[in-house]
Amino acid sequence: MRLSELKQGQAATVERVGGSGILRRRILEMGIVKGAEIYVEKYAPLRDPVELIVKGYHISLRVEEASQIEVVNVA
Amino acid sequence: MTPKHLTIALAGNPNSGKTTIFNNLTGTRQKVGNWPGVTVEKKEGRINRFGHDLTVVDLPGTYSLTPFSIEEVIARNFLLDETPDVVIVIIDASNLERSLYLATQIRELDCKVLFALNMADLAQARGMKIDARKMSTLLDLPVMFTVGNRNEGMDDLLRAAIDLAESTAPLPRSRRVKYTHDIEEAVARLRDFMLSRTDGNLPYPPRWTAIKLIEDDQIVQERLTAAAPAAGPAILEAGRAERRHLAERYDEDPQIVMTDERYGFIAGIVREVQSAGTRQRVDLSRTIDLVLTHRFFGFPIFVFFIWAMFQLTFTLGEYPVQWIEAGVKLFTKAVGGLLPQGELRGLILDGVIAGVGSVIVFLPNILILFLCIAIFEDTGYMARSAFLMDRIMHLIGLHGKSFIPMLMGFGCNVPAIMAARTLESEKDRILTILITPFMSCSAKLPVYVVLAGAFFGAHAGTVIFGLYLLGIALSILTGRLFRSTLLKGADAPFVMELPPYRMPMAKSLLIHMWDRSKIFLRKMGQVILLGSVIIWALSTFPRDGSLERDYAAEIRQAGAAAEARRTVASDAESREIEEVYAETVAALRRLEKADRTENSLIGRIGRFVEPVFAPLGIDWRGGVALLSGFVAKEIVVSTLGVLHAVGDGEDEGALEKALAEAGMTPLSALSMMVFVLLYLPCLATTAAIRRETGSYRWMFFSIGYSTSVAWVAAFLVYQGGRLLGLA
Repeated sequence: MRLSELKQGQAATVERVGGSGILRRRILEMGIVKGAEIYVEKYAPLRDPVELIVKGYHISLRVEEASQIEVVNVA
Repeated sequence: MTPKHLTIALAGNPNSGKTTIFNNLTGTRQKVGNWPGVTVEKKEGRINRFGHDLTVVDLPGTYSLTPFSIEEVIARNFLLDETPDVVIVIIDASNLERSLYLATQIRELDCKVLFALNMADLAQARGMKIDARKMSTLLDLPVMFTVGNRNEGMDDLLRAAIDLAESTAPLPRSRRVKYTHDIEEAVARLRDFMLSRTDGNLPYPPRWTAIKLIEDDQIVQERLTAAAPAAGPAILEAGRAERRHLAERYDEDPQIVMTDERYGFIAGIVREVQSAGTRQRVDLSRTIDLVLTHRFFGFPIFVFFIWAMFQLTFTLGEYPVQWIEAGVKLFTKAVGGLLPQGELRGLILDGVIAGVGSVIVFLPNILILFLCIAIFEDTGYMARSAFLMDRIMHLIGLHGKSFIPMLMGFGCNVPAIMAARTLESEKDRILTILITPFMSCSAKLPVYVVLAGAFFGAHAGTVIFGLYLLGIALSILTGRLFRSTLLKGADAPFVMELPPYRMPMAKSLLIHMWDRSKIFLRKMGQVILLGSVIIWALSTFPRDGSLERDYAAEIRQAGAAAEARRTVASDAESREIEEVYAETVAALRRLEKADRTENSLIGRIGRFVEPVFAPLGIDWRGGVALLSGFVAKEIVVSTLGVLHAVGDGEDEGALEKALAEAGMTPLSALSMMVFVLLYLPCLATTAAIRRETGSYRWMFFSIGYSTSVAWVAAFLVYQGGRLLGLA
């Protein structure tokens, strides 16, 4: 499943970060690596970007960027 | 004995409390400038502590040392090229894993590193305990506790830094990130190959260079080729071979594998030193965010904050602006009284003082605006505003953070362009700076009021509103155009941290505000001073007195005539004669001034460029007024007044009447307003563009682009209107 398909309040484990170049590298460097737990805190009022909690801090990604991230164990 | 000199670099993530620690360490003894060639702020402080001369350098806040953003390149180059005696890495204790990611990368650079575990109190409040001693053992480096916002642990930190800098113990090599077997082997092979080919003459530590080559780091590749031109190509080829080998082995880009492994290494450390707490932020910050980024209330609250900032900046700021204006006037008068009539007096009063005065009147606005922005930044709200606005701004190809500078443009472009500093990506910053001048600034309003008032009567409001919309529409078009041409390339990833809300510290707010304002005053002052002296000279010279009419003689004549009539008049009559005489003299003086301006260089230039403005329905007077508007837009109105020989004190509507008599129609008035809306930014803004983009190239580009757009738009309005038969 893609991270961007998760609803507010859902959690999941990162399986794979797709995409390429700077964006992919950046996402990984911010700690969204395989096996990291991720929680969807909320979507912005216009449904984009999305606020996530990972490794104990809050980060926002555009929905388009979040769609590059595959997650499993959605809860 | 002269005190020993040491350089200490502070590194850390954004929002790690790095700047607070820097402020605590250096106090007010800071020097703020820019890193060479870029607009990233460089902060440096020199202090004398514990018998040492210390230079503390605040590196830009970054999440990693991958050279993608300018901040990262700057931080990395400083560590590699300036080789500070010791690097203090500020670790946000409540954000251990991500902080350690940067820290381990700095470790790999083979420099003396010291960790400052900052805000451990916050982490503890969240139920996390960190074992500093264990961390110190595991990583083999000193780890100190600090609480930046309570100024705790600073002395210990400095002491530990000095001790580390002076210790002669070899750098610990064992306790750093170990990659998996295949990668380590590849790194070792490449390292040995490099050493054998260059006799150890490498610009950087060999292991690190090998790692970077495997990570395909462009900058390291270039430097290596420059440092070892003979062996360079072979080494790069060997690096590429190792990359290919690893990519095949892991079926994945080696960089990605290595990032994963660094996080794996960090996870191991964190497991050892941190007794787990809650994973999520169950604190005030999340609650505040529930309101401030709420689905329905988020935007209204945001609009309110922006409105409040606007009000503070331009309404509250108006009072001190008036005081300063009054002060400048008084000063002008006082100086004017001391100077004899002549060119020198004109140069000093109308050139120098008027020029400097036109800059310092902005100071209150700038101070208040930067205070507001500092509050937004230091509390963490700036990130939320970008979170809210990103969807909309992304349509123009911009980042959510571009919204605030663009909005400020409606007040004054100078602070607006300076506010673009909050954007991290250089491309976003330049694009924002280029489109901000299309936001119709408040100085243009008087021009619209006069022209629209005179020619559109009851519909003036609608026309002015339409102008504002036109400016916005063109900024959007420009944004899209430049994004897909000049400033092409993938958008900077939005990936942005939403830091916890924090109470801003007064000291840091004031330092922030003052630093930026100082840059404004110093740099702008120089350019504007020069510019206003030039404009003064253009509108004053030549002064050869070769006017066709002899005004002095006419005034003398009128005086003599009045005198002659008064000798035979009654008291009431002579008062009337007196009045008529005064009016005649004033009218003659105005005519003389208009005549002089027409004959001055700027007038001649106006005549010269008349053909350029003719297709827009703007006569030479309009042209001259527009040229003079380069100093400040509101001057357009006063120049029009001078050229149409209308006095300041005359009843309202005099200028309007004069304009209509000179042949201006509603259509040409509209064309002129469109031109004023879009054409080259004023002198102060131009100076700000030069300063903030760091290049004259962008400044001239902005001037050229906006003026071309203005001409085309005004041309379309005027000629289009004529085609439609609108006269």
